[in-house]
Amino acid sequence: MAATETLAELKDAAKPHLEMEPERPQLLVGVATCANAAGARKTRAKLVEALEAAGLTDEVDLVQVGCVGACSREPLVEVRTPGEAPRMYVEVDEERAVEIVEQDLSGGKPIVAWLIDEGERIGEPAPHQTMARPGEINLFTRDWQNVGFFERQFRIALRNVGRIDPESIDDYLSVGGYAALAKMLDEMTSDDVIEVVTGSKLRGRGGAGFPTGMKWRFTAAEEETPKYIVCNADEGDPGAFMDRSTLEGDPHSVIEAMVIGGFAIGAERGYVYVRAEYPLAIRRLEKAIEEARERGILGENVLGTDFSFDVSLRLGAGAFVCGEETALIASMEGKRGMPRPRPPYPSQSGLWGKPTCINNVETLANIAPIILNGPEWFASIGTEESKGTKVFALAGNVNNTGLIEVPMGITLREIIFDLGAGIPGGREFKAAQTGGPSGGCLSQEYLDTPIDYDSLREAGAIMGSGGLIVMDDASCMVDIAKFFLTFTQDESCGRCTPCREGTRRMLEVLERISVGEGEERDFERLERLCNACTRASLCGLGQTAANPVISTLQHFRDEYVAHIDDRVCPAHICRALLHYEIAPDPCVGCGLCKRVCPVQCISGEPREPHVIDIDACTSCGACYEACKFDAIVRA
Amino acid sequence: MLYEREALDTPEWWQGLDEMIERQHEQYPESVQTALIPLLHYVQNAFGYVPEKAINHIAQALGVPTAYVCGVASFYSYFSLEPKGAFTISVCLGTACFVRGAQAILDEFCRQLDVEAGGTTSDRIFTVSDSSRCLGACGQAPVVMIDDDVHAKVVAQDVADIVAEYEARARREMQAREERARADARSHVQ
Repeated sequence: MAATETLAELKDAAKPHLEMEPERPQLLVGVATCANAAGARKTRAKLVEALEAAGLTDEVDLVQVGCVGACSREPLVEVRTPGEAPRMYVEVDEERAVEIVEQDLSGGKPIVAWLIDEGERIGEPAPHQTMARPGEINLFTRDWQNVGFFERQFRIALRNVGRIDPESIDDYLSVGGYAALAKMLDEMTSDDVIEVVTGSKLRGRGGAGFPTGMKWRFTAAEEETPKYIVCNADEGDPGAFMDRSTLEGDPHSVIEAMVIGGFAIGAERGYVYVRAEYPLAIRRLEKAIEEARERGILGENVLGTDFSFDVSLRLGAGAFVCGEETALIASMEGKRGMPRPRPPYPSQSGLWGKPTCINNVETLANIAPIILNGPEWFASIGTEESKGTKVFALAGNVNNTGLIEVPMGITLREIIFDLGAGIPGGREFKAAQTGGPSGGCLSQEYLDTPIDYDSLREAGAIMGSGGLIVMDDASCMVDIAKFFLTFTQDESCGRCTPCREGTRRMLEVLERISVGEGEERDFERLERLCNACTRASLCGLGQTAANPVISTLQHFRDEYVAHIDDRVCPAHICRALLHYEIAPDPCVGCGLCKRVCPVQCISGEPREPHVIDIDACTSCGACYEACKFDAIVRA
Repeated sequence: MLYEREALDTPEWWQGLDEMIERQHEQYPESVQTALIPLLHYVQNAFGYVPEKAINHIAQALGVPTAYVCGVASFYSYFSLEPKGAFTISVCLGTACFVRGAQAILDEFCRQLDVEAGGTTSDRIFTVSDSSRCLGACGQAPVVMIDDDVHAKVVAQDVADIVAEYEARARREMQAREERARADARSHVQ
């Protein structure tokens, strides 16, 4: 029997938690790490309770889904009733949960003020299946294509995240999951698969942007066996959570792609190397693997064909450098996660010395749609050299924080001001940081740069894995550079001298500058250290560790000058450069500052102006925060 | 939880570890070392840290030098060679949390608990982690993770309440444990 027929049988037997065309009301609760932090577990428990109280337990389906990406509005609850456009409620705490059940589900009156689209689509019929791509069915496109925060997004990698129950293989099957795998097993040779992936011009989403098809071709060409395919889910960049969300929201999309990749390169075993810091992602992956084995999708004779493939998990243990492929291999082998010089590349000699192909989570999540829709379709999205879409974790000082998937070539301005809805608190945009500790800070003048691998590199940043941190004018760029250097210095594995010593010396210089002990020569020192670290380090960590320094020096040099020449921190962040004083006029002598001061350096009689003893003051700012009369002056 | 963890050091537990080593050997015949990191996870999950006894045990079972196991365990920030408090407070210092003021929150925890980052309080209730990496909940920044609970959008003023909440929980558990011990003693007498 052909694989497509086996799959059709599986699909017929499937009992998905989420019906495509629901015959009765459904409640979708986003349950992911970020949603849980916002209290989604409590919301869910309350919904169960409220449904019971309303006598609706047997009439409404309550389904958990992954994170749809609107993190700043979590917890999110989506109501789908037959024949009507879906309604997404935001910031659903326990109180709102009860109201939603009582007013909307029981009473039939949606609560407009709490809806993400503010009730724009109430009364409209359920959206039709208009755009079938990128999978057979694209629920995201169908339900939310033209609504607010989702408007400019185009979802390929995240097509099912937040739309299906990630802990149910039946849900994945019902939205066309594993169809790409079946199609490939029936119709394609391994060469065909590589041809398609190469033709799509998909580039690695982990940061470096190496063409995926070429990587597969190199590994396929090796004669030695066994070969391995490894999914790199060691998402270490601070401020990046694309991979976590994908694994928590749609783990099967990654597993399906690993089977496809395994077939293409001639591997029978795949490993997912996942961070130990992501317990929920680990649990959902384990469940997904187990269910895929039960259905005959993993293990001997995949979908009844003579191809066999299995996947298992390997846990990281908190080392950023393990995201580098040779360090990752060392860690999987039970060694200290230290990189080694390349060549030989892992495609020649990787895990246990065997040919190994290592792909990032997001890269893999793009594979199934490419197989189903063809390389021309994928290559029609994006820019000349960067095809498809990119998932960004939008965070920092921006109104709509969350996860977005946008076509390559979109500008920073569109992301930050359209999707992100600008900077909170009426502050000014100062910088956008892409690529985590390996990337750079881009200033205002780069807001209209199209985002793709090459333009970002030219601008002095990198695409990286997709962290995008927005900073407002209250951020100090010297402090930010110091923050990243503290990180890389700490995470440097210590193997090669330029990185081990270079990051430490750069950090020392930055620390001196931030306490007002910088000197004119520090510019030259930093530049020399940056150069050495970039050019002489062994792996990507050291080669890019200087980027935050280089880019802030380039785009925000005046801030360094202010710290060094004038001994001031213009953003009022660097504590040692701050001075606090009490202005006698507005001070009413309430004594609040005196009480909060941790070093008791404020004195004064009640109802008389107080005074700060400058010599004892540690510039902690507690009094500044506490004063209700704006009497504390910061300079 | 520490209070349950201490009770783990039993012959049965160590036998369980040996069985796990056996399974790892079967799963990864390619190389004995491959089992090392999963084993360290297993130990760390049970005890909250990796005790010397476990390091020696694993080294012997895998036939590698103790120094090698130590070297690997100390390389990864997830493993701790020191005992920890009942609760580990991890203030996320990822970029998103940092730009939203996470450092001030970490400082506040340290100040209120009178420990340095990385230290454990003298009553062994709290450890303030100094190596928390991005927890990936950037949309809720700044976040604080205490064991498996994630607290979102924390401000310095919340710190006192958070500390009090967990102190109370620790007290309750300690009390329950003492009562159990007393009940055990009574049944023994009878």
